[in-house]
Amino acid sequence: MKVSTVAVTAALLASTAMVAQAETLRWARSGDALTLDPHAQNEGPTHTIRHQMYEPLIIRDVTGAFEPALATDWAPKEGDPNVWVFNLREGVTFHDGAAFTAEDVVFSFERAQQPNSDMKELIGSITEVRAVDDFTIEMVTDGPNPILPSNLTNLFIMDKGWTEANNTVNVQDFEGGEITFATTNTNGTGPYVLTSREPDVKTVMTRNEDYWGRDQFPMEVSEIVYTPIQNAATRVAALLSGEIDFLQDMPVQDLSRVAEADGLAVKTAPQNRVIFFGMNQGADDIEADNIDGANPLADVRVRQAMSMAINRDAIKQVVMRGQSEPAGMIAPPFVNGWTADMDGESGTDIETAKGLMADAGYADGFSIRLDCPNDRYVNDEAICQAAVGMLGQIGVTVNLDAKPKAQHFPLITDGKTDFYMLGWGVPTYDSEYIFNFLVHGREADIGTWNGTGFDSDDLDAKIASLASNTDLDARNADIASIWRVVQDEQLYIPIHHQVLNWAMTDAVGIDVDPEDQPKVKYFTMN
Amino acid sequence: MLAYLIRRVAQSGLVLLIVGMVAFGMFRFVGDPIDNMLGQERTQEDIDRLRGQLGLDQPFAVQYFRFLENAAQGNFGVSYRQGRPVSDILLERAPATLELAAVSGFLAIAMGIALGVFTAIRRNGFSANFIMSASLIGVSLPTFLIGILLIYIFSVELGWLPSFGRGETVRIGNWTTGFLTETGLKALVLPSITLGLYQMTLIMRLVRSEMLEVLRQDYIRFARARGLRDRVVNFRHALKNTMMPVITVIGLQLGSIIAFAIITETVFQWPGVGLLFINAIQFVDIPVMAAYLMLISVMFVGINLIVDVLYFLIDPRLRADRAGAH
Repeated sequence: MKVSTVAVTAALLASTAMVAQAETLRWARSGDALTLDPHAQNEGPTHTIRHQMYEPLIIRDVTGAFEPALATDWAPKEGDPNVWVFNLREGVTFHDGAAFTAEDVVFSFERAQQPNSDMKELIGSITEVRAVDDFTIEMVTDGPNPILPSNLTNLFIMDKGWTEANNTVNVQDFEGGEITFATTNTNGTGPYVLTSREPDVKTVMTRNEDYWGRDQFPMEVSEIVYTPIQNAATRVAALLSGEIDFLQDMPVQDLSRVAEADGLAVKTAPQNRVIFFGMNQGADDIEADNIDGANPLADVRVRQAMSMAINRDAIKQVVMRGQSEPAGMIAPPFVNGWTADMDGESGTDIETAKGLMADAGYADGFSIRLDCPNDRYVNDEAICQAAVGMLGQIGVTVNLDAKPKAQHFPLITDGKTDFYMLGWGVPTYDSEYIFNFLVHGREADIGTWNGTGFDSDDLDAKIASLASNTDLDARNADIASIWRVVQDEQLYIPIHHQVLNWAMTDAVGIDVDPEDQPKVKYFTMN
Repeated sequence: MLAYLIRRVAQSGLVLLIVGMVAFGMFRFVGDPIDNMLGQERTQEDIDRLRGQLGLDQPFAVQYFRFLENAAQGNFGVSYRQGRPVSDILLERAPATLELAAVSGFLAIAMGIALGVFTAIRRNGFSANFIMSASLIGVSLPTFLIGILLIYIFSVELGWLPSFGRGETVRIGNWTTGFLTETGLKALVLPSITLGLYQMTLIMRLVRSEMLEVLRQDYIRFARARGLRDRVVNFRHALKNTMMPVITVIGLQLGSIIAFAIITETVFQWPGVGLLFINAIQFVDIPVMAAYLMLISVMFVGINLIVDVLYFLIDPRLRADRAGAH
């Protein structure tokens, strides 16, 4: 009897000692990865899970700056602007022990260019990827591409041998419902190894002790347990009750509750997403208003007046509970081309706005329908409701039509809305991406999200030239001049930059990533 | 009898077809699945290709007919969100929902009958009145609020029970069960109370009123007059005769326990079919929505059919009436 008590005590002591060493990160957010196949879906939460197990050539650190991952350095080839040269990291192994070489990079890029790949658009300019030697890669593009590295930060590298052995050379046909070995299994070079996974329920990963950067990064988390929790209140309750250590998708109304709770902290950083209203200025007459035979939005004075009527500080304080940064341009602050001056160009001035309305011939105002999503951005519908009251002050009567995102976004891409809310994130961190989708005239594969009807051949030519301009100073000057037009034309009404909140226990140490992509190798655990 | 049965089955089939048609008619108003499936970098060409591939460019009647054709062969298509066959996903999720429904059903029946009998016998007692008043909460509070309330008290404040998930599960063949682990059992407590509370109060109130009715009957008075003990009178004579309508209601309520698990599953992140359905609505995952709605309607129609047939078998008056009418 005595002996067994001692044994039990010893076992208990041993197990507490084990717990002290093994640091489990219990992590929750609202959604789950859609698949584990590195190239089958280009979607935020899916990339987040992959980032723990797979690695691209380059990643971004928490400031948005490039950081070497599987490539150690990269530069355009001297004498040939159409080629980028990447030097690869040596001594890296995949989880199954296979060595990482240039062959795997060539293979992964070819795989990512297959028709079923969801990543192919990002590397559409690459015509050839060739291995110069085991640890040097050359990427040939169809013209000079100064911002190619920006497109590679979510492009994961797979092991050629593993993929061939497991019959997953082809990217999973996601829409066709195909399940391949790579959908449910992983073999990356990343800091964590997949232990188990039930989609939408739980994913467990353990630390890769052979990771090349084991000594360079904190890597204090030995096990990750990732659980999607859809209901916002339950998510917060799980954090408050100590069942979760780290929470993304923190509802803003519970921020103060969590921040005040003992042992919990909320960290905040500007997110790579700007929220704004678009107005259809291109049509001769629009359907959503009460003015026949004319389009009030076609007059730049009306657009300016509407922008002036929006009190962005009030939206920040009341609707967003302080969790936003008023915006004057539709580029997030990390993006090349963003300037503090232009971002400060929106002010509230009801009197001037009324004057502009009168000058434009709409002293009595007009009514218009505002289309708004109600499940996409932080407090999206409430922002629109606030805007309704603010625009009413200058005589613009707004009828709000808020719907789920699946119904809202087709209105914009199909040109069926004249006044709408949209948010935009810039994965490439360069203004060209914004111009291509939101400023360029709408054509089959460019300007697809430009619902303003704005179409300027001069500007389109300038935007097109950005893609291959390798003189970065001249390119930046062009970007600035395009922004000047966008600002002067009041193409959009910027509202604010979203702020990202991560909640965690005091033990967890991590800075907020502006792309909402936590990389657990940076986490510390006290 | 056979004619009656055939007529009932035919009616059930018709109901199913109409439910399916209404469901398909509504899907177009839920939104455009394409928008969620392709990222913001998609081109019109991608959209058209995918729409053609999924058959979404076809008229609604054609889409519905295709669905019926495939469903008849047991093929419910592929989830737009997860990219896996819907039948696989449903089978994987079913154990969670069925276990939750079984526990809440059992809880509702056992507690409902016990409390119902208690409040009927001690009609004017303090505790019976207290239980009756408290049961109003179960009837009137919405499920999600009860769930959040329970989470707040038992998870956040007291820290006794988990606020989400199923805990550890054990896999037996194709079935995953939470009954065999401590965390699994703990995880069942709050969701099953939340889900079963409404049914429990319903059964309790029904048992009570039926029981009071029965207790007033002559044969109960005679039983008492014969000097039978209270326990025998209450349980052998009164309760037995109370059960007929109660069983009917329980049968029908079992269906709604599974169907209304949606809200409870969302609140507790319970990985069952209800949560799957909510996800599907948000993503406009038409194959999952269609399969779930058909499954639920098959279940309801099936239960109703069985209840009808049971009535026919159990209640001799029904048979006599019919015989008389023919």
